[in-house]
Amino acid sequence: MSSENVERALESDAPLSAAVHQRDVAHAAAEERSWREAAVVGRTVTINRPRQEVYAFWRDFRNLARFLENIESVEPRDDGRSRWRVAAPGGRTVEWDSVVTADQPGALIAWESADGADIRNTGTVEFRDAPPGRGTEVTATIVYDPPGGDLGKLVAKLFQKEPKVQTRRDLRRFKQLMETGEISTSAAPDPEHAGAAPRGGAQAQG
Amino acid sequence: MRALTWHGKHDVRVETVPDPQIVNPRDAIIRVTSTAICGSDLHLYDSYIPTMHKGDILGHEFMGEVVDVGPGSTLQKGQRVVVPFVIACGKCFFCEKQQYSACDNSNPAEKADMSEVLYGYPMSGIFGYSHLTGGYAGGQAEYVRVPYSDVGPIVVPDGLEDDRVLFLSDILPTGWMAAENCDIEPGDTVAVWGCGPVGLFTIQSALLMGAHRVIAIDHYPRRLELARSMGAEVINYHDVKVREALYEMTGGIGPDAVVDAVGLESHGFTIDNMIDAVKTTTKLGTDRAHVLREAILACRKGGRVSIPGVYGGFGDKIPIGALMEKGLQIKTGQTHVQRYLRPLLEMIGEGKVDTTFLISHRLPLEDAPEGYKMFKTQQNEVTKVVLKPH
Ligand SMILES: NC(=O)c1ccc[n+]([C@@H]2O[C@H](COP(=O)([O-])OP(=O)(O)OC[C@H]3O[C@@H](n4cnc5c(N)ncnc54)[C@H](O)[C@@H]3O)[C@@H](O)[C@H]2O)c1
Ligand SMILES: [Zn+2]
Ligand SMILES: [Zn+2]
Repeated sequence: MSSENVERALESDAPLSAAVHQRDVAHAAAEERSWREAAVVGRTVTINRPRQEVYAFWRDFRNLARFLENIESVEPRDDGRSRWRVAAPGGRTVEWDSVVTADQPGALIAWESADGADIRNTGTVEFRDAPPGRGTEVTATIVYDPPGGDLGKLVAKLFQKEPKVQTRRDLRRFKQLMETGEISTSAAPDPEHAGAAPRGGAQAQG
Repeated sequence: MRALTWHGKHDVRVETVPDPQIVNPRDAIIRVTSTAICGSDLHLYDSYIPTMHKGDILGHEFMGEVVDVGPGSTLQKGQRVVVPFVIACGKCFFCEKQQYSACDNSNPAEKADMSEVLYGYPMSGIFGYSHLTGGYAGGQAEYVRVPYSDVGPIVVPDGLEDDRVLFLSDILPTGWMAAENCDIEPGDTVAVWGCGPVGLFTIQSALLMGAHRVIAIDHYPRRLELARSMGAEVINYHDVKVREALYEMTGGIGPDAVVDAVGLESHGFTIDNMIDAVKTTTKLGTDRAHVLREAILACRKGGRVSIPGVYGGFGDKIPIGALMEKGLQIKTGQTHVQRYLRPLLEMIGEGKVDTTFLISHRLPLEDAPEGYKMFKTQQNEVTKVVLKPH
């Protein structure tokens, strides 16, 4: 019954993230991967930069930590795999290896966690030309298997509280970085500077 | 440094706070020489705007001297600049279309959710104006951090003193855009509700754009007098029925364009449910839209409605029938300040536009709380307060 809803949603031209029956979408994603359970989050953003440039920035996985809030680092390795490191609450870190499963330059990158990952996950990011003069449309879709036990609670805290909010903030940061070269912030200055004398040449870290 | 901070309803204080720092490459730090209190600041003062935090630094109308720049800034230390209240990146689709207040990037990622839920898409950042618009520290302070300083601030020549250029930061372009949104044609009569700074600059702009007549509506004698001195005819809404007066004064046709330069303060600001509104998009407070209703009804058939006055939530009983049946056009929005800076600075230089008549009070920054109180409670005498942090 669930797959019927998903199939019907696919008859529209919108991505599955817009489907009414999100639980069925998640169920179908789990079935497809023979997982116990799956959570699906996705979001599209238009970036006012050429498609190749946006693709290339994402394809260098080291860049992901600059705008994906929960990712501490992604280190590519020689064997084509990459090591993902996520900061978890309580000073813990969770790590896993990822394998690129599809790579169409300028169009699509897909990856999945290697066997044995604590949090099984797959990601796809698609790049399409926006209408002329408007840059690139980027759609990111992450599917993961929420683990049980202690780790599950940890991960829930990390991802599941508001996974949609997390994705949309991450993609906003990606867009900011690509378009403006910076990540916008209004964070208050360091309190140590209270009452300090007017500045002398503080430099940005770049 | 010293700065004016918000602590709650009618509670603003000058406090010592950390100096701003360069954070991003395109940032600049400005030493503020003049900063004004705006009608919009009164919404914060009256505590009706949600997402204010205790200690937030207010102020979105300011100018000063560049004292520090990041490597990506095009400004130079020592330059005098006026800073637009709208923060805009200059690189996104909207900035390229010169729709700066719709900038996609200046509202920080973690702050933009509320704006996105309320309006469908997040709006730009604004200095000193709650966390809904980005949580940026404002300019009613000795120093302020200005992001994207390569595209926002305009450098002003030393010959033009602060009083002549300060209002480029907001109300002068706001009045100009409000008049531009009237699409004025020869022979047109423009009716302007509200003779605060925004309304007065709208009057000045509409006449410069060739309006045949401007009719100004308010109830403060001093403000109406200023409107008249600029060339408007006036209606005091305490003494005269506005719609009937407009009908008679326009030969039964009605004004060709109407301007709501009052906003949701016409009877007090009531989007107190805004935070809840975001949680449950169903139980919404409504903005008091009295002036907007009156303006739509008074407007001639096929006329134009320009709304510079600020609304934040939902309006009740907007005469949608009158709007549709009469075939009116509406134009509105937070001002795309950056778009107007250069032409307006030129007009100031040529003496075509005067801004100094508006300033009724100048105070040191330390007296800012008193300035807010005066601007709030003595609107007849107090038309604009300029603070001097240095
Ligand atoms: N669109 C923008 O970017 C932008 C920029 C700046 C200010 N604003 C908004 O413009 C509005 C006006 O700003 P201001 O600084 O001139 O404010 P202000 O408070 O100084 O002036 C408002 C005036 O409206 C008058 N008024 C109130 N009720 C009225 C009624 N029923 N009929 C006629 N007049 C009435 C008041 O007497 C007052 O003189 C505010 O809502 C402000 O937030 C918008
Ligand atoms: Zn203002
Ligand atoms: Zn922008």
